[in-house]
Amino acid sequence: MNMTEKYNMPDERGHFGPYGGMFVAETLIPPIQELDAAYQHYLNDPDFIAELDTDLQYYVGRPSPLYHAERWSRELGGAQIYLKREDLNHTGSHKINNTVGQALLAKRMGKTRIIAETGAGQHGVATATVAARLGLECVVYMGAVDVARQSLNVYRMKLLGATVVAVESGSKTLKDALNEALRDWVTNVDNTFYIIGTVAGPHPYPAMVRDFQAIIGREAKQQCLEATGRLPDALVACVGGGSNAIGLFYPFIEDKSVKLIGVEAAGDGVSTGRHSAPLCAGRPGVLHGNRTYLMADDDGEISETHSISAGLDYPGVGPEHAWLKDTGRAQYVNITDNEALDGFYALTRMEGIIPALESSHAMAYTMKLAPTMGKDEIIIVNLSGRGDKDMQTMAKREGIEL
Amino acid sequence: MSRLAAKFEELAKTGRKALIPFITAGDPNPEFTVPMMHAMVDAGVDVIELGVPFSDPMADGPVIQRASERALAHKMSLKRTLAIAMEFRKTNQHTPVVLMGYLNPIEAMGYENFANAAQRAEVDGVLTVDLPPEEGQECRELLKARDIDPIFLLAPNSSDERIKKMDEIGSGYIYYVSLKGVTGAGHLNVADVEDKLKQIRANTSLPIGIGFGVKDAETAKTVSVLGDGVVVGSALISKIEANLDDLARAKNEICELLASMRQAMDERGTRS
Repeated sequence: MNMTEKYNMPDERGHFGPYGGMFVAETLIPPIQELDAAYQHYLNDPDFIAELDTDLQYYVGRPSPLYHAERWSRELGGAQIYLKREDLNHTGSHKINNTVGQALLAKRMGKTRIIAETGAGQHGVATATVAARLGLECVVYMGAVDVARQSLNVYRMKLLGATVVAVESGSKTLKDALNEALRDWVTNVDNTFYIIGTVAGPHPYPAMVRDFQAIIGREAKQQCLEATGRLPDALVACVGGGSNAIGLFYPFIEDKSVKLIGVEAAGDGVSTGRHSAPLCAGRPGVLHGNRTYLMADDDGEISETHSISAGLDYPGVGPEHAWLKDTGRAQYVNITDNEALDGFYALTRMEGIIPALESSHAMAYTMKLAPTMGKDEIIIVNLSGRGDKDMQTMAKREGIEL
Repeated sequence: MSRLAAKFEELAKTGRKALIPFITAGDPNPEFTVPMMHAMVDAGVDVIELGVPFSDPMADGPVIQRASERALAHKMSLKRTLAIAMEFRKTNQHTPVVLMGYLNPIEAMGYENFANAAQRAEVDGVLTVDLPPEEGQECRELLKARDIDPIFLLAPNSSDERIKKMDEIGSGYIYYVSLKGVTGAGHLNVADVEDKLKQIRANTSLPIGIGFGVKDAETAKTVSVLGDGVVVGSALISKIEANLDDLARAKNEICELLASMRQAMDERGTRS
């Protein structure tokens, strides 16, 4: 591993080795520089940190529990499984950790309008929520395909006062929503703050979103030490853009005994080409402001992706994951749609917790991993969101009309 | 001297401004593009910006997005765009061709392979929308070593420092994006453009092409007074889109629009 013992990525221009960076059109350079300066400033501002901590405690409901899934662990017959319960946050996923932070930043920067992209709708809901609370105008871009398969979240966003724009271009999923949000931003740079929901986009987003999500890993580490007296042996989290995974991993990066495992969406199977697993089966390239692993053809055109979970249906991945993969610090595996469903049902029936389809990928991999480990070993799995939003998708698969 | 530098020098001598059309290579099909390029030259254009289709054109409005989609449906690619440029060059040695597109197709080809291929195709300039100066040194140096001009964008919110940076590393011309937004958007504000051009001129001696928001002969004329060149894209591509069932007509309408722009720009007269 060519990584220094002390981990201090990214560099000041947002590079994680060859990945990351700031690949945007010229009109976006000034707002991105303005954002970077503001972020660097408030990151070290005690008033800002205090306000953020208060919001996380009283509005989001943190800390989220670290729950020992004893029955499921016994059933699988191997490692002790602990779930980091991000599904219990306000709005039902980890996404709110980041939107609370970025919205506070938007307010301090004097921006009056918030835009966001969303896939499953969790980030859109989390953004619409904080925008409502702060009285800011909010526009959420969502691929038309996702609008159809996540209609419950569309309704929630509208209830919260957001305008939801169905994006009809390209593959009509998350990547196209991101394109459209970037087009909005370039048009309305003066009054608009773009809250990106994952650890992608141009610098400073990958680092900033990571820093706002790192509370997941900081809490998990402390909670694990309190509950078991030691560090976990492995962390497991699903990876689309990779924000919940990096949030869990980041505080453990220098703890070399802890295995970091990211789970990508294999869709119909990586060999079919119908998947969303750039780290497992993609190649480096540049999209949406950063260099990272992408799903693209030989000509560099971005491929259409597939996953049962809208939140993982994205051809890129956060640049820090690309770096963690290349350095070998983290390992990336993949889980098919059908395997994810096994994870979904298992957690629902063994522990009485209905996970989001995204998080179900992490559950499915845990079902493979736990039995290979000893009963005295510990896995922390990020339960990044709850499955309520997926009831229609699941019912439809079971042939049930709701 | 590069073909672009020579062109702008020649125009400056006669007090004329460059008319710079943008079309997407392979839109609506690969056979359409080379004859269209020649026809545009006959209509009086000075430099051609040839768009490289990309699946995710983040800085473009709906018209150019759809042009990319039509081209990609015919498996158009960077490689095939270079072949189109090479084909055009066989019978036109004097009109500079600038490739305009996004970085990922170039990343996929490899910077050095791309620079070599662009040189073989006798491409004169390369404008990569999502490759700002900070990230583009390697690619830029490979192009410069082959006498290909790296063209950079400036925007209404670009600082003096930024303009100086483009002056230092760019060549050929600077593409001034006249409004905050995507291609084909809204209407440009002449007074704003005029003010910004003063600031840009104070910091660079490179020729300035002005684009985004140029729709007709009148805007072309107005803008030509302010800069050294006028870039028109979406207005041309709209003609293709409106005549997909009759491409001969699309071609004629594009040439008529360009000829009317040419005439209006030249009427403005020499030496304002």
